Amino acid sequence: MREKQSATMDTQVLIIGGGATGTAVARDLALRGVACVLVERDDLNAGASGRNHGLLHSGARYVARDADAAAECQVEGALLKRLAPQCIQDTGGLFVAVAGDDERYIADFPGLCAKSGISVRPVPVDEARELEPSLSPRAIAACLVPDASIDPFGLSLEMMAQAERCGARLVRRTGVVGFERAGDTIAAVRLRHSQTGEECLLTADIVVNAAGAWARGVAQLAGLDVPMLYSKGTLVVTHARLAHRVLNRLRPPGDADIIMPGGTVSIAGTTSLTIDDLADVRPTVPEVDLIVEEASALLPALRETRCIRAYAGVRPLVAAGPAVDGRGVSRGFALLDHGREGVANFVTITGGKLTTCRLMAERTADLVCARLGVTMPCRTRSEPLAPTAECEWTEPGFGPRAWMRAQAPDDALLCECEMVSRSALHSIASALGFDGHDGVLADLALRSRLGKGACQGTFCAVRVVAYLYEQGALRGEQGLREQREFFRERWRGQHAVLWGEQLAQVELAEAIHCGLHGYELAARTAVRP
Amino acid sequence: MSATYDVAVVGAGLAGMSAAVFAANRGLRVVQVGNAGALLFSSGLFDLLGVHPIEDGRTWSDPWAGLVVLRRDIPEHPYAKLEAAQVRAAFGELVAALDEAGLAYTAPGERNREVLTGVGTAKSTYCVPRTMEPGAATLEAGAPCLLVDFEGLREYSAKAIAAGAAARWPGMRTLRLSFPCPGIAGEVYAAHIALALEERGARERLADLVRPHLGDARAVGLPAVLGIMRSDRAAADLTGAIGVPVFEVPTMPTSVPGLRLKNALERAVAARGVERRVHGRVAAVERTGDEFALSVAATPTPVSLHAHAVILATGRFMGRGLEASRTGVRETLMDLHVAQPATRSDWHRADLFDPRGHALNRAGLEVDDGFRACDARGAVVHPRLFAVGTILAHHDWARMKCGAGLAIGTASAAVAHLTGELGYARGVS
Repeated sequence: MREKQSATMDTQVLIIGGGATGTAVARDLALRGVACVLVERDDLNAGASGRNHGLLHSGARYVARDADAAAECQVEGALLKRLAPQCIQDTGGLFVAVAGDDERYIADFPGLCAKSGISVRPVPVDEARELEPSLSPRAIAACLVPDASIDPFGLSLEMMAQAERCGARLVRRTGVVGFERAGDTIAAVRLRHSQTGEECLLTADIVVNAAGAWARGVAQLAGLDVPMLYSKGTLVVTHARLAHRVLNRLRPPGDADIIMPGGTVSIAGTTSLTIDDLADVRPTVPEVDLIVEEASALLPALRETRCIRAYAGVRPLVAAGPAVDGRGVSRGFALLDHGREGVANFVTITGGKLTTCRLMAERTADLVCARLGVTMPCRTRSEPLAPTAECEWTEPGFGPRAWMRAQAPDDALLCECEMVSRSALHSIASALGFDGHDGVLADLALRSRLGKGACQGTFCAVRVVAYLYEQGALRGEQGLREQREFFRERWRGQHAVLWGEQLAQVELAEAIHCGLHGYELAARTAVRP
Repeated sequence: MSATYDVAVVGAGLAGMSAAVFAANRGLRVVQVGNAGALLFSSGLFDLLGVHPIEDGRTWSDPWAGLVVLRRDIPEHPYAKLEAAQVRAAFGELVAALDEAGLAYTAPGERNREVLTGVGTAKSTYCVPRTMEPGAATLEAGAPCLLVDFEGLREYSAKAIAAGAAARWPGMRTLRLSFPCPGIAGEVYAAHIALALEERGARERLADLVRPHLGDARAVGLPAVLGIMRSDRAAADLTGAIGVPVFEVPTMPTSVPGLRLKNALERAVAARGVERRVHGRVAAVERTGDEFALSVAATPTPVSLHAHAVILATGRFMGRGLEASRTGVRETLMDLHVAQPATRSDWHRADLFDPRGHALNRAGLEVDDGFRACDARGAVVHPRLFAVGTILAHHDWARMKCGAGLAIGTASAAVAHLTGELGYARGVS
């Protein structure tokens, strides 16, 4: 029997997918005392949760199209500001219209905001320009709203860390490859390690599919169809921060009408392109050009500003389906109880927005708990997301502040662009542990600002790999493989923004990676163990 | 009125420096504009041809044989406009000039050398600084070796190198030391260690720390820190004191070998009477009658220089010879024609390490067989306007491992053609 050959895990709830939704569900359940395991094929926030604006919506963006979603964002945004302040920069937001924008939309906007409970204050254009000196001279109207910037990595890391402290377990680099059915229930879930291919079985009372854009594929493994639309969105990161606040174009939502502050940078986007295939989603040159052109209507300086990278995520949109909540689709997220389709202990939660991830988790956990007979109510409306030391390093600007505040005499900066110190990496690595698999550099990069600055990892990767060999965390040629993969990953974000200064930067990087170290030659023959 | 120079060399990377040395060696009056900062980013290794075709990742131990194949396969490559004998002679001439300036390289020969890099890969290169030569010899012999690194030198780990190179070079042991010199602690920089090793006392203290760990090692590898001005003496001293050859492993830029190369080339051009405008940047080049007038934006006052010929050695994007916007690449100084892909979508491939390389790397200036810049129709822009080095089109120096050969070879050819042209120009004036 195969079952006897492979290890078996047992839990009350299996959560599939380590994005904002999955980690929020794990946190909610764990806080209610429910045992759960979260499996993630890659690492936390590998999908859309790690490839979005980082915009904590006040709801203002949705007032005209979807008043319910707007009101939901308003409530959830305020909740997160109070309960997870370490992940949020409460910058405030400014909606700005420029000459030619729809006058009626501009006139209706404050009233619509008020109707959804969003505090809005129209400000004269002169005042707006004092608040944001880079604002376009063609601005004709402006409104202040309580938008904010949220660090999506910090949020997911914190939610998972709190869940783990309450007994939840995170299993990374492990995907679901099959469900073993017994009548109308899933009796066991077959898991496979993404690198080793090792399989094991997990039994759970209930399985929650929170795989984001991949939720359809997971549902298919259970013989179910969750019709979804995939909408690719691309964003561009600048080298310098161009505005203090979240800037939104005061018009019906469209392409490239948001410019976010992200610590020391600005992030402009997004585009929206329906795609069929989730493989190899990356920003393209035309998308980047469209963003620079469109978003510079708000901030003309964007046209002349160095762009250091771009990234693309996929919004999972639920096309239709037997939503538990009748307003599921219109609210942007869908909670699907597959009991009606003959799989009793299987639930899919998908769609939605980063801002509403807590609410999505609450609804999901309510359903799960009702099934399990757990009566403990949701605690995430009042329980703060307690800050965790090893989760601090994703916040842009935290590294420099920590370094300037205090530094041990034997400490050293390994990433100079973002000021990531050896001790910071040590704190992250100690919490994470090394499991002997490839991806250590990527693990550290996900949990810090490593490689996110101007040089995009050219110098720090070598230093971090050197540090990891000293720690005994790497063996054999692993360090070379790790660096190659890291540079490749950084390239995914860079190749569409290579002009001006960033192209000169890449020329230096290629001179080192290829000219001096010959990684492109080693990459040809490299075989993963 | 200032004097008219025979040639103005714009740029002070390896190509510009080579051009200045070669022109001065031929008795020309040379003015050179630009600072040599880019040389700090050099590894110090001189490549001739390491890989061709890059699609196949084929490496050549005999670069001259590779050159024959490359010339046949890529007739538009700058190497196709050069004779092997000329490249060989140019390497010889430059290495001799460096030697005179106190920086010794291995003699240009028939074969490529294989050196260990600072990340544990092996690199095929042509001429290496003498301080690195024992490393190449030890690697070629597969002899046991002791690799030393220093506490606080963040981008250099002997353990990482040994682990990366273990398959090719199994007999490698590692040793970590605190550099025995007060004041060098915490974050340690290669240049500071190199400066300390200029002093005999520091070398002796270092040798004392290494010697007990020697074991069966037939050579000792150190990061490239063996002095700045007199690396030969530092290496010889340490070799004597330790008892086996000591060699340097190239380090990440900006590197000490790059600094030595910059210093030596600056001495070489100075010794040849080249007039240098280090702090200026050429803002414009105009053709006035038979001359070029170069406006140099310099402090405190702008300068105007006149020359019969111009050699453009301004490099690519890092060197600011080329400039890219979202819509295209242009040459910065004279807006010369730049051969380039049709749209930005074609510039780069999806994979950084795609074996075919990126199309933008092959963008650059088109030249005739005498390395005179050409316009879009292929016509020479001016009989005495030359372009040399990486700014040229149709190569991918980082993947072909041909950067130094390109710089030195094309500089030599341009100077040879220029000498002919000037002879004619002077004859009629």
